[in-house]
Amino acid sequence: MNSSDNKRILLAHGSGGRMTHDLVEQLFGKQLSNPILDRMDDAAVLEHNGRLAFTVDSHVVSPVFFPGGDIGRLSLTGTVNDLAMMGATPLYISAGFIIEEGFLMDNLSRIVASMRDAALEAGVTVVAGDTKVVERGAADGIFITTSGIGSIPEGVRISCSAAKPGDVVIVSGTVGDHGAAILSKRQGINFDIQLESDCAPLGGLVEDMLSASENIHVLRDPTRGGVAAVLNEIATSSVVDIEIEDDRIPYRSNVRAACELLGLDPLLLANEGKLVAFVDADEAGLVLDAMRRHRLGGDAAVIGRVDAVETSRPRVCVRTVLGSRRILAPPTGEQLPRIC
Amino acid sequence: MPLPYLDDYRQGRLVRSLMAKLEERTAVLNRPVRIMEVCGTHTMAISRHGIRQTLPEVLGLVSGPGCPVCVTANADIDTFIEMSLQPGVIAATFGDMLRVPGTKIGLAEARGRGAQVQIVYSTLDSLQLARDNPEETVIFFGIGFETTAPTVAAALVEAHETGLENFMVLSAHKTVPRALSVLCQTPDLAIDAFLCPGHVTAIIGPDAYLPVAQDSGLPCVVAGFEPSDILQSLIMLTDQLTDERAEVEVQYQRGVRADGNPAAMALIDRVFEPTDADWRGLGVIPGSGLTIREQYAAHDAARNFEVDVSYSHEPKGCLCGAILTGLKTPPDCPLFAGACTPDHAVGPCMVSSEGTCAAYFLYET
Repeated sequence: MNSSDNKRILLAHGSGGRMTHDLVEQLFGKQLSNPILDRMDDAAVLEHNGRLAFTVDSHVVSPVFFPGGDIGRLSLTGTVNDLAMMGATPLYISAGFIIEEGFLMDNLSRIVASMRDAALEAGVTVVAGDTKVVERGAADGIFITTSGIGSIPEGVRISCSAAKPGDVVIVSGTVGDHGAAILSKRQGINFDIQLESDCAPLGGLVEDMLSASENIHVLRDPTRGGVAAVLNEIATSSVVDIEIEDDRIPYRSNVRAACELLGLDPLLLANEGKLVAFVDADEAGLVLDAMRRHRLGGDAAVIGRVDAVETSRPRVCVRTVLGSRRILAPPTGEQLPRIC
Repeated sequence: MPLPYLDDYRQGRLVRSLMAKLEERTAVLNRPVRIMEVCGTHTMAISRHGIRQTLPEVLGLVSGPGCPVCVTANADIDTFIEMSLQPGVIAATFGDMLRVPGTKIGLAEARGRGAQVQIVYSTLDSLQLARDNPEETVIFFGIGFETTAPTVAAALVEAHETGLENFMVLSAHKTVPRALSVLCQTPDLAIDAFLCPGHVTAIIGPDAYLPVAQDSGLPCVVAGFEPSDILQSLIMLTDQLTDERAEVEVQYQRGVRADGNPAAMALIDRVFEPTDADWRGLGVIPGSGLTIREQYAAHDAARNFEVDVSYSHEPKGCLCGAILTGLKTPPDCPLFAGACTPDHAVGPCMVSSEGTCAAYFLYET
């Protein structure tokens, strides 16, 4: 097919699946390699008068306003959550705006107001910003990039590579809400099911979890690529097998219904206010109780466990209602509605 | 609009008791049987719910030619891709087609090169696309079986009646019953029974399989798509084999009426006429395709756009054809999970959401 010199970026390179993974690892990772970046966690951990977490996230969501949130709230919570997933207390945020000529001032104002509200909710301060306006057609409305700094409390060591055999896998609530809400509003797949994004800052929930147990090994927010993507990343980084049980995963019935209609797997859809935690089995009850007491963890559930690797390749399986096991592969390409 | 009923059909206790019953019945039958699931949605459900691994050993499930994307010949795919690259064209398609490789490039790459490719969920959305973009020509890629053909027919009727001149369809639609009859005559295909597609049958009616049951002596059961549906259908097929019956039975009672959907069939007949169709794996089957009738010629992309796809050929080394006809399974293919993966697919069965190779790759490797 194509020789490598005329290969182009495809949308699938940004979908959070294998192609994204390969692009990050083989292009960015290779050229910008250093010991901190190479860990490929949600945020970088820096030693500087104590430990700091530092991260960046760009937001290009379409539509800009969606049920349950907008690009402003999303861009704030996305970065806050990446910091929280390192066990850090999110502190400071910077925001860069790329705005398309002609974008409505009122809409920009709404977006910034919802960033402000989300910052209050998350307990962070937006301390730096930048604005660029590009010609009509050079951007799709508005793109927002935020970066954030948080401080990691003494003794907290959370990493994608820290899952251990015997850990249980906990999800903080219903799966796939954000992805389903966005898809339901995209051109061509409008339908009248009430779906709402779960977009929310998770710092407070994480704080409660860390107070309940010192044996939380991994935290990840299953955004792009969904639960399937993060479980596969964790299995690979930690070199463990993971098994989850089909009938223990919490879903909203409307999300399930929408996914059935569109032929999508909710495990592959993005979440913006959920986390996946890997916890020592003995302390799972404590963590679960703490989560369920928090407003954003009411539906928290144990969905699976970690095993030692069975073969040379770490893998993620789903135990079906029949008792059989199937592979949960990381997503490939874009999530597309099926034909019939 | 919640769908709580799905949970009922997936209850652990129910599916396990059906599985136990199936074990009893296959023990009574007491010989190995091979059952073909015709429909790609069945293939996916079987893989996704881990049904294959828990079946009694004597019961083999073979996938058939029921994935609409997979059976579409490369020449048709290349034609649509070439059309998408024409100036002033918006190529509208169901999402499944985007990643399917053509002979030179796929649609996703065509989009990367500037083609306007728009994914739609419903044919009616592509009509809206045409209304919203009066300066461009919207070409919708009509693929699929009797399930999708009526909606495409409805769109063509509406475009015709409202004078929406910039809406066209490239029709590569196919019809199921003749393909099954051809399969029955495949010498190496030792199939004992058919698990028939629930949604297609909701349109064409179960009687469409009478020739298969009567002439070839193969039991047919029209099945739903939940694990309990599939297991109950397998029990019904096993019982037919034990009783040496070859009948058409409907397990999917909640979706299929005895006469199918006459209004949808009439719509298909109004807009399309039968033509010979080239099926990947099965070759040309006379009268098994649907071409747009003369009356709607203005909306027929094949008549209005001339593109050269003489370069078109099926991918080398790919066993999609043999897999679509149940002669091989994906692990038999030397490319499977090596040179051919969902990200770098050689054949369509690896990328379609109903493709047999995708089902095996995603859930069973």
